[in-house]
Amino acid sequence: MVILRENQALLSKIATSDQHGENSPYFDGWKAYDQDPFHLTENPNGVIQMGLAENQLSLDLIEKWVAKHPKSSICTKDGISQFKEIANFQDYHGLYEFRKAIAKFMGKVRGNRVAFDPDRIVMGGGATGASESLMFCLADPGDGFLVPTPYYPAFGRDLRWRTRVQLLPIICNSSNDFKITKEALESAYENAIASNIKVKGLIITNPSNPLGTTMDKETLKTLMRFINEKNIHIVCDEIYAATIFNTPEFVSISEVLQEMEHDPMSLINPGLVHIIYSLSKDMGLPGFRVGILYSYNDNVVSSARKMSSFGLISSQTQYFLASILSDEEFVEGFLSESSKRLAKRHKTFTQGLEKEGITCLASNAGLFVWMDLHRLLKKPTFDEEMDLWRLIISDVKLNVSPGSSFQCVEPGWFRVCFANMDDQTAEIALKRIHAFVVKKGRRNERAPMNNKRSKSFQKNLRLSFSSRLYDETNMMSPRVMSPHSPFPRSPLVQAKT
Amino acid sequence: MAIEIVQPSVGLSKIAVSETHGENSPYFAGWKAYDENPYHEKHNPSGVIQMGLAENQVSFDLLEEYLESNQEATSWGKNVSGFRENALFQDYHGLLAFRKAMASFMEQVRGGKAKFNPERIVLTAGATAANELLTFILANPGDALLVPTPYYPGFDRDLRWRTGVQIVPIHCESSNNFQITPEALESAYDHARSMNMKVRGVLITNPSNPLGATIQRKVLEQILDFVTRKNIHLVSDEIYSGSVFHSDEFVSIAEILESRNYKDSERCHIVYSLSKDLGLPGFRVGTVYSYNDQVVTTARRMSSFTLISSQTQFLLASMLSNKEFTEKYIKINRERLRKRYEMIVDGLKKAGIECLKGNAGLFCWMNLSPYLNEATREGELEIWKKMMEEVKLNISPGSSCRCSGAGWFRVCFANMSEETLEVALRRLHEFMDRRRNGQKTHDLSALAQVQSFSLGDICRLFGERSKDLKSDLISSLSDSR
Repeated sequence: MVILRENQALLSKIATSDQHGENSPYFDGWKAYDQDPFHLTENPNGVIQMGLAENQLSLDLIEKWVAKHPKSSICTKDGISQFKEIANFQDYHGLYEFRKAIAKFMGKVRGNRVAFDPDRIVMGGGATGASESLMFCLADPGDGFLVPTPYYPAFGRDLRWRTRVQLLPIICNSSNDFKITKEALESAYENAIASNIKVKGLIITNPSNPLGTTMDKETLKTLMRFINEKNIHIVCDEIYAATIFNTPEFVSISEVLQEMEHDPMSLINPGLVHIIYSLSKDMGLPGFRVGILYSYNDNVVSSARKMSSFGLISSQTQYFLASILSDEEFVEGFLSESSKRLAKRHKTFTQGLEKEGITCLASNAGLFVWMDLHRLLKKPTFDEEMDLWRLIISDVKLNVSPGSSFQCVEPGWFRVCFANMDDQTAEIALKRIHAFVVKKGRRNERAPMNNKRSKSFQKNLRLSFSSRLYDETNMMSPRVMSPHSPFPRSPLVQAKT
Repeated sequence: MAIEIVQPSVGLSKIAVSETHGENSPYFAGWKAYDENPYHEKHNPSGVIQMGLAENQVSFDLLEEYLESNQEATSWGKNVSGFRENALFQDYHGLLAFRKAMASFMEQVRGGKAKFNPERIVLTAGATAANELLTFILANPGDALLVPTPYYPGFDRDLRWRTGVQIVPIHCESSNNFQITPEALESAYDHARSMNMKVRGVLITNPSNPLGATIQRKVLEQILDFVTRKNIHLVSDEIYSGSVFHSDEFVSIAEILESRNYKDSERCHIVYSLSKDLGLPGFRVGTVYSYNDQVVTTARRMSSFTLISSQTQFLLASMLSNKEFTEKYIKINRERLRKRYEMIVDGLKKAGIECLKGNAGLFCWMNLSPYLNEATREGELEIWKKMMEEVKLNISPGSSCRCSGAGWFRVCFANMSEETLEVALRRLHEFMDRRRNGQKTHDLSALAQVQSFSLGDICRLFGERSKDLKSDLISSLSDSR
């Protein structure tokens, strides 16, 4: 095919903007992985993907269920009688059985302390599509949404790109374990008002990505009171709700609402509360694009439902999930076992890191740890953080995510995913970290381009720069676009297609 | 359910409170009537027959037959081992095997007259998403897309609602079978400019919904020349390309571009979907095919908001790469649709109703203009209401498609059994008979109404000397009740 000339002027501002976010370093690590992906037998020296928050620990449980329930697929002999009706079903309300099953599942994940109404369940193209739709419903272009840092990098794209909504960071610090303080909240709000930005709401991720921590009830109540006082919305992305593996117990915004709603002293307006959910993390099914928008506001439900036409869940998938999620015995067993496996993997990992003198933020949920390497920085700057990150990719051959990509205000933090690999790979990752730390205890023999010598740190950790740090393949100019998708692919998946 | 929520004043966005989702149009009122009283052969034989839904249900048996003989390929694979890979796959490039299968299917639908490169296929959850996504990429809020009338009512929502882009109609008239003319193109363009709107592109549906007819090669060439001259985009929604009754009657924009050696093709984009040709609207399978590299890259990134379930990609990859199956399917599907079309057009003719000469799609474009009480939108809606209430048929009025002439209706024929179609035709026949017989009396009072004379006016005008005339008029008016 003839190479066609580009005509920049012909595309929209949205199309030519950078807000898709793919030029962030967040994706450069994936590119490094894409070019040299680890494989246990075929490429044991490749880069191990630890930048991908996927839950692969319990898929075998689902596989076993699928094998025993051929009726759940409309393509099997047992399920085909449903094929025509399901293939034809495009009602944006969604299959009733599916909504009922999701509502029940969400309730179970919250220990049945709250019940969800199937008629408030609205579909979205993954949580990605659901959160964008919610922004379209709640905010006009130029309006702002408060969001605590550090936060999921793709929020920049999902909440802002086509909606033209602004993100207003609420700064959180390690001094209090990155918890949201009332001062930080008020400060962010006031700054926005002073800049003439209309604040439409607050979005939190609970359990947090990247922190892996859950919010306590008091903090949630404080937030509820705040949003009611300011008459703004609260959006709670609870996508990691079932990845809790330790105390404290998960407290959902729905529980807090339930408690405060009936308190005459609270004056809480449920119409301001909305939840984003998905099965991508809790069940490990990101490919199925199951995004859920749950709102206590009738108008939002109605509007969002119409918008869901732009991102409906395949009826084939709705049918399958209705089937598996209505199997209460399976669901209970799955949630319990998944939690145990996450706990075990988390423990193995954090203990392994501790042996090397590396600490992580204490966490009880999520598919990752928030690792503290700030002591390894020569200077507390983000340039140093990037250098360290590139070193980790090139020398340790691990793709981890630098804190700056999460808008963290303190350099030196890294998100490291642990649930997207098998036990052997996790072992190898830990061994590599060990080897790296040990090696840094010895003098580097190769003449580095930059004759820097490390300072000594606690426990004899020393950092030196190898010449490979300046290897062109790792120093990608932000403008160069990789021919490969920066989109995640699991190291276990030989994506030959 | 919920308690009554009092909305705070700083409540929702402008988009959320606007009516641009279009659901308050008559297009949907008919569906409500159907929902409340749906026809069923046995359980509700006098219910409303749904003829407003462009669904293809005539070839499901072929799909079921395929699934039954290819279970392993379409389930999760041997011993469910494919499940994991499938469930984890969320790459916005889409499954390569599926993209290859789509490209090949699109080629087959065009009888091999155009080639498609799997690397230019961007997957979206339905054509609804594809059209919106392209609009976000090609136009800024306030800009205009030119769309020939009559057009698919859903465009009002898909192209405008969240994007803030405007639709400026390219008016097409019945006098030349609603074909797009260069004059109409220029006129629409000028009209947009006069309203200070920047025109970003032309969006055509080929074969056309609601006309049920393909766009002629000559017209496509003219449209392509027009967009090139104006340096704007051309989006060709070819969602009904596999529903053309005779394969040689469809010319895709892809063929024209190929014949021009892809000169100036970077302004062209094709939208496709499996909802109509394969009858799988529930699976949400849409695609944007662009000849513009930057559009492909951007569309791919945007598709993150609307990816196709990997479970569905996997199933369809295997089905659509089976060339023997797809050849057979395309051929038989065409024949069955043609047969249905002939059945409905003949049946309507017998009832005294003419249709636009069509050659594609899941519907016919029926002309009831000779039967309107007044050649206006009101007249059209009046007869449409009668269709719903008396004849118990839900059909789509041309006004919901922005048709400039009154009295045209889109009538779907592929979403029901042949028996149901016969029932519908019979009902129509009876209605037309009744109407023809009752027409005479009706005309007189209509005349009186149109001239807006009240009884008092008439009396005053004619005075005492016209006592007889007055009493004649009075009696005719009361008869029409």
